Amino acid sequence: MLNYVLRRVAVAIPTILLLVVISFVLMYAAPGGPFNSERPLPAQVMANIEARYGLDQPYWKQMANYVWNVVVHFDFGPSFQYRDRTVNDVIAQGFPVTLTYGFWSFIVALVVGVALGVAAAIRHNSWLDYLAVGISIGAQVLPNFVMAPILVLVFTLWLGWLPGGGWQGGQIEYLILPVIALSTSYMASIARITRSSMLEVLNAGFIRTARAKGLPTSRIIWKHAMKPTMLPVLSYLGPAFVGMITGSVIIDVFFSTGGIGQFFVNSAFNRDYSVIMGITILVGVLTVTFNLVVDLLYAWIDPKIRY
Amino acid sequence: MSLNPDPDTADRLLAAQAAAEVKGRSLWKDARQRFMRNRAAVAGLVALVLICIFAFFGGFLAQYEPDYVDFSLIGSNATQGVPSFETGHYFGTDSSGRDLYARTVQGTRISLLVGIVGAGVAVIVGTLYGAIAGYKGGRTDGAMMRTVDILMSVPYMFVLILMLVIFGRSILMLFIGIGLISWLDMSRIARGQTLTIKGKEFVEAAHATGVRPMTIILRHIVPNLLGLVIVYATLLVPQMIITESFISFLGLGIQEPNTSLGALISNGASNMQYGVIWQLAFPLFFFVITLFAFFFVGDGLRDALDPKDR
Repeated sequence: MLNYVLRRVAVAIPTILLLVVISFVLMYAAPGGPFNSERPLPAQVMANIEARYGLDQPYWKQMANYVWNVVVHFDFGPSFQYRDRTVNDVIAQGFPVTLTYGFWSFIVALVVGVALGVAAAIRHNSWLDYLAVGISIGAQVLPNFVMAPILVLVFTLWLGWLPGGGWQGGQIEYLILPVIALSTSYMASIARITRSSMLEVLNAGFIRTARAKGLPTSRIIWKHAMKPTMLPVLSYLGPAFVGMITGSVIIDVFFSTGGIGQFFVNSAFNRDYSVIMGITILVGVLTVTFNLVVDLLYAWIDPKIRY
Repeated sequence: MSLNPDPDTADRLLAAQAAAEVKGRSLWKDARQRFMRNRAAVAGLVALVLICIFAFFGGFLAQYEPDYVDFSLIGSNATQGVPSFETGHYFGTDSSGRDLYARTVQGTRISLLVGIVGAGVAVIVGTLYGAIAGYKGGRTDGAMMRTVDILMSVPYMFVLILMLVIFGRSILMLFIGIGLISWLDMSRIARGQTLTIKGKEFVEAAHATGVRPMTIILRHIVPNLLGLVIVYATLLVPQMIITESFISFLGLGIQEPNTSLGALISNGASNMQYGVIWQLAFPLFFFVITLFAFFFVGDGLRDALDPKDR
């Protein structure tokens, strides 16, 4: 097991380094600098600015500095557009917001999805089953950027129940629509995976044995069937996490929640490379770490896995 | 065995062959029958054909060019730009007074093209990459698939946007960016299938008769991957459409005067509080229908072609 953990970590670290290097190379390849404007600055001013941001140093040194600062100090450097702020400030401001609704979306998708899937599998071919299947098919074509306008249209413009944007420190009514918009399609996928996995498990021999022993159904479901059912769900959580963190960009932009996604898109329009890179790397590190945790959990739960 | 078999045998062989041809059912014919029995899949296929006709020939019905701006309508969209046959704006107008019907035709066409190009790259690159990795095996396989693993764990949407920012936002860049990520899943699927095909006798026979590895891959392995590849390519198209629409929704993808369904949905969503609901409704309708159609056809193809479910 320890060997396996070490091997997985050994793959994760170069992945992150590669991401940092690729981002840096891409940024360096960009035509024009962040301080080129229509009215060219006086040469001395430009030189001072470049010295301030370390842009006057040779290429390899800039890269080494950047990688060193990111990896060792977790410092993404100054923002090129917000003059008084560093990338770390931007992340510190936006990330808690993204984390809050991201966390709730993940919980909602997982809990509702698994519950729906299990219920559908237990009551196979009942109205509940058809409902679950219907939802999971319908939600396939409703990605977050389709859900968000529909939800705002219905609950804000027509019914007037919930605010259509803003954050206000994460009060519950500002949280509901973003969470639903972000979680629906993943909830549906989790429900679909849980349902088919549970149906397969319920047909297995050891469940028949448990029934034959006269165990009550609830005990069979929770004690025996649940663990093998969750394995495919677990392996879907990695992609779901990536999808949600990507979807958070839409949520931030559409609902003006002020998370990192909003900064990311603004920076993309302003060519604020350091912020874009910082956020990309942060998201990459999160993704790699999350996938690592999921893989380790999988190895721990599934006795069949070979290290 | 003599060089000239007696005529009787030859006749009998021909007769047997003719009989076999009458009775024979190819894999593809079987699959077609199974597909045609699946009502949802056939409905999806019909919808898809209609959408393609709409996207590629719908422009002939439009009364206006997609980039024609009717300045008299700006600001009075909610009353003047309502969908109607009289004005010739079948789907109404957008916030700049452009004909939404022509725009939707254009957007649907570009979304379809993005999806098809993305899936096309996935089919060519992904299949070859996966087949080569699976056939070579060993260290080559390990290195190639680790690379895919690493690329897959990168949050591609962020990198894609980074690329669009750096190299400029254009359709070409969008195609390149989407092509770069679309083949990863396909290569894994192709590799998995190649591993099972590799052990079959016909591959061994080809190998034993001295066929070169690349020829074995192209002539013997890839054709056998085709069923699976078609299924996943069909399911990949809607995903590519979603990816492109995602970026265009943010305003970072397709640029004016071009448009895509994602960009149209974005425009509609930002104007929906002004009583111009059609600006959201029509693009959304075509987006949803297109995705549904592809998913249903893909599911139908999977049931028809995937040997697992037989």
